[in-house]
Amino acid sequence: MLAKRIIPCLDVKDGRVVKGVNFVDLRDAGDPVECAIRYDAEGADELTFLDITASHEKRDIMLDVVSRTAEQAFMPLTVGGGVRVVEDLGALLRAGADKVSINTAAVINPDFVGEAARVYGSQCVVVAVDARRRDGQLRLAEDGGGVDGAPDWAGTWPELLVDKAGNDGWEIYTHGGRRPTGIDAVAWCRRMEELGAGELLLTSMDRDGTRDGYDLELTRAVADAVGVPVIASGGVGGPGHLLEGVTTGGADAVLAASIFHYGEYSIAECKRYLAERGVVVRV
Amino acid sequence: MIAVVDYGVGNLRSVAKALEKLGASVRVTSSASDLADAQAVVLPGVGAFARCMGNLEEAGLREAVCRAATSGKPFLGICVGMQILFDHSDEFGRVEGLGLLPGHVSRFEGLPRELKVPHMGWNEIKLRGSSPYFEGIDDNERFYFVHSYRVLSDDEQVVAAACDYGGSFVAAAARDNLLATQFHPEKSQSAGLRLLANFVALAGEEA
Repeated sequence: MLAKRIIPCLDVKDGRVVKGVNFVDLRDAGDPVECAIRYDAEGADELTFLDITASHEKRDIMLDVVSRTAEQAFMPLTVGGGVRVVEDLGALLRAGADKVSINTAAVINPDFVGEAARVYGSQCVVVAVDARRRDGQLRLAEDGGGVDGAPDWAGTWPELLVDKAGNDGWEIYTHGGRRPTGIDAVAWCRRMEELGAGELLLTSMDRDGTRDGYDLELTRAVADAVGVPVIASGGVGGPGHLLEGVTTGGADAVLAASIFHYGEYSIAECKRYLAERGVVVRV
Repeated sequence: MIAVVDYGVGNLRSVAKALEKLGASVRVTSSASDLADAQAVVLPGVGAFARCMGNLEEAGLREAVCRAATSGKPFLGICVGMQILFDHSDEFGRVEGLGLLPGHVSRFEGLPRELKVPHMGWNEIKLRGSSPYFEGIDDNERFYFVHSYRVLSDDEQVVAAACDYGGSFVAAAARDNLLATQFHPEKSQSAGLRLLANFVALAGEEA
């Protein structure tokens, strides 16, 4: 049986790991390559780098990080953050990434996802979706004509927008969860699959950083709506949350950052926890 | 020297670096004469079947790849580099493959809802028969897969390992010194490195 995947995620800025990774015995815990080698040795099923480098000029640093990682860690590697054009994907794949995640660029131009899939294949196109529960407030644009923040193409696909009257569901955000879009998360995920996304990385912005666990309703709603694998993300505080993600949430893979970085739980410990509760994992 | 065929498809760095780590000297190449001179040849491939076939033709490497794959020297096709060794694929209509192995490529279909496509992640393989490429690798070992199309073959003789995902498909095919894997050994951590070490040893490239 296919195993559920556990994926540690490292935020990388200007070639350095941020968010206080704390491997006690690494020579340089700020080096993403050293962290990758560690996670490889611990039996992580994949690794994700999220590049949060702000300046475009420094983006080549990430290519170097990716290529040095691919030379030393023989495990699947996904890289995301700041991917704007198809050539950005090509450069990352040539450097040694196996999958590239696209977030804001997909919202600005959904056809970008289709183009990326046509050129490089769906298997390497991950669409990252940052979603928030709707708060019951409808933000009308200043001209009163639509939902605040909706992208230019919104008129073409009104079915993707959140229901103006309803308070249910989740809305997707871009720019690191700061900018609302008026787009309904579940409808968006379906559309991304149709356009060629091979996988969805679904982050609950409500839960991210809380350690309260994944938004399981969101995870389940998306997992049931699409035929491609779904990675749950945002809110993990312990192995019990990973378990819920794959059982109640129906996710195919679970992503976490801080619980691994701070050395609270090892990957192996989490896998044992899941295996003892009947989840198929690779041990 | 082990030649890794560069025909403009996908990530060649990982497989080249894995082989180098195992002590082989590696040349990433699009030269037919390198393929002829090499002790062993690796044919990677990702993305669409038709694009891989098209690129191989455009690079003028079809004949050289076929010769290397039937020469008796160690030859390893990976993922779509495996699939194009077979007869044909249904991806975007019927596309002819190299026809070196009997079987065809088609999309996963009729799967239960919880089995997502692409088939992505670590799945177990069932070894069939004994191949020197799988020496030291346990039956039911997990390897990393990522694909939406898979090989089906009626010829049990060429099936070196099977995998189950809503039905059995060919995880690895072997004939003489030719090995083709749907999974990615270069991404399969220690199990994958073990398989590649067997390949390097068969190529007589061990340091």
